[in-house]
Amino acid sequence: MKELTYREALREALREEMKRDESVFLLGEDIAEYGSSYKVPQGLVDEFGHERVRNTPLAEAGIIGATLGAALVGMRPVAEIMYIDFSPIAMDQIFNQIAKFRYMTGGTVKVPLVIRTQGGGGVSAGLHHSQSLEALYTHMPGLMVVMPSIPYDAKGLLKSSIREDNPVMFIEHKGLYGQSGMIPEEEYLVPLGKAEVKCEGKDITVVAYSKSLVLALQAAETLEKEGISLEVVDPRTLLPLDEDTILDSVKKTSRLMVVHEACKTGGFGGEVAAIVAEKAIDYLDAPIKRVTALDSPIPFNPRLEDYIIPNEGDIIAGARELMGKEVSAR
Amino acid sequence: MSKIGKEKLKEIYIIMLRIRAFEERAIVEYHKGIPGFIHSSIGEEAIPAAVGAFLRGDDYLLTTHRGHGDIIAKGARFDKMMAELFAKETGYCKGRGGSMHIVATDRNMLGATAIVGAGLPIASGVALGCKMQKLDRVTVCFFGDGATCTGAFHEALCFASVWDLPVVFVCANNLYSLSTPQKVYTKLEHISDRAKAYGIPGVTVDGNDVAAVAEVASEAIERARKGGGPTFIEGMTYRIYGHHMGDPGTSYRTKEEVEDWKKKDPIARLQSRLLKAKVITKSDIEEIQADVNRELDEAVKFAAESPEPKIEDALSGIYYTAR
Ligand SMILES: Cc1ncc(C[n+]2csc(CCOP(=O)(O)OP(=O)(O)O)c2C)c(N)n1
Ligand SMILES: [Mg+2]
Repeated sequence: MKELTYREALREALREEMKRDESVFLLGEDIAEYGSSYKVPQGLVDEFGHERVRNTPLAEAGIIGATLGAALVGMRPVAEIMYIDFSPIAMDQIFNQIAKFRYMTGGTVKVPLVIRTQGGGGVSAGLHHSQSLEALYTHMPGLMVVMPSIPYDAKGLLKSSIREDNPVMFIEHKGLYGQSGMIPEEEYLVPLGKAEVKCEGKDITVVAYSKSLVLALQAAETLEKEGISLEVVDPRTLLPLDEDTILDSVKKTSRLMVVHEACKTGGFGGEVAAIVAEKAIDYLDAPIKRVTALDSPIPFNPRLEDYIIPNEGDIIAGARELMGKEVSAR
Repeated sequence: MSKIGKEKLKEIYIIMLRIRAFEERAIVEYHKGIPGFIHSSIGEEAIPAAVGAFLRGDDYLLTTHRGHGDIIAKGARFDKMMAELFAKETGYCKGRGGSMHIVATDRNMLGATAIVGAGLPIASGVALGCKMQKLDRVTVCFFGDGATCTGAFHEALCFASVWDLPVVFVCANNLYSLSTPQKVYTKLEHISDRAKAYGIPGVTVDGNDVAAVAEVASEAIERARKGGGPTFIEGMTYRIYGHHMGDPGTSYRTKEEVEDWKKKDPIARLQSRLLKAKVITKSDIEEIQADVNRELDEAVKFAAESPEPKIEDALSGIYYTAR
């Protein structure tokens, strides 16, 4: 085992897959010498050259269209959209073209591509650099949506995404890049579409992903001391969702909380809640709790931003509420 | 001196000093810990100053992530700008926007956007609104060279062109789209050639030569005001600092290149011209600088002492609610 950051783990995945398969290449704004904003592809241009680590013009729709086109003729492109906030510029390519291409061809054409991007707040980056937009993409049949929370998963999921023959939105979190974790020396994959119970518990099932997963694990530790036991489930892939792992956990704990950094209305938490309500409502001992951002743009002011985005304290308060111990503020 | 009168040049010079001083102070405050990103426009001041000097108070302006200079050139207040950088309730956006999002409606400055290219179609729309209401106001949109690769840029020029809109598109070409040099993202030598595709005038000028920028800008603004339609101006310039204050700017450009451009500093250039022509004296300059610094000291004090937004107001301002 070795210790790597989330950033390094992602870079390792890119490097290994580029070595393994000549058809894998990277394209995106400022990914070569500069290594992009969060330095995931840093150094790869030295190893693979500009032919396979391609700086693009500043044009998101162009990047994603080119990604699709190259994928259709035998390449395995890994595009980067620097911030998920810029991904709506490529919305037509993602929604109308990429997500539907296979279906449109009667299921005869494969679309093997990955769109790496990152979202989330916490660094006062303001309205256009802080959003959590995954629910836009989980609303789009034909896409797969992956959101890793720890370095081990980041690497294994990215490798699987690159080998996947369906288009993958791979959404990282800017607040996780510096987080470290243990990773095997030898090669491994993490399968898409499989959730993982990150922490076993008996009182409340907490479904959380990306940075919220890390917060949920911290909350689980704190709550253990006061006798509340959280079972933290990381779906890892939101689309397609591993419903069974979530349902099995809820059947055991009889309580459900969903945590995410995206705002509540129309968020992915509503989807998880609906699945549990449809398939396991008889097992529930308490109403379902969603701990999410408030329905607001992400403000620049750090105090307001902290308030809008859910933190460990909000998870703790939500858990106490589910256990009938207090009424939480959100 | 040039077609631009001495008094005008002096006015532009003062705007440039104001921009430079604000930018330098913003960097100081950034290192002391104000939140967020700061994209410094140091080195690029001639373009906004020379354009801004020909705008009226009721003309409109839109800009980008690197917009402090453009906003100052439109006459925005230091105190409310600085308070915004400090994320305070007294800032232009009540601390919700920050450096990359300043909107100064008191100066018809309709906003900085952090989505590259996004301002251009909006500018065409602002110009359309003015034209439809028979207002003789001109809209100016500032952006960088990288932005000219976006679809938004091309769509905006298309609209402005076919509807003869009173808008001036001003590109500060600092040779890089973040780290990507011009030759990597376009085959054109002059980005202003992109205007040809839309049948509108496109000109490239030395963006560090105030008089050159002022000449084309004043002409373009006047043409727009008289119903002659849009113009695309490209000013060749350079950003002395990295992309933002967290970027040393060294991985994609050489020290020599930066040093070369420092020698072409637009403020020093104009200053020596004005001194030589005896339009200003050394003591004038000292006086102007002292005034600007005093105003900045007060702005920083105002920003530092201003209240934070209240948590109770966290969800206000999202929707319009009639009271
Ligand atoms: C749509 C979009 N894509 C990417 C970015 C990230 N980004 C911010 S500024 C920038 C480069 C912009 O270059 P240019 O337009 O030349 O302006 P400059 O920064 O040089 O002033 C990039 C890639 C962004 N903010 N918005
Ligand atoms: Mg530029």
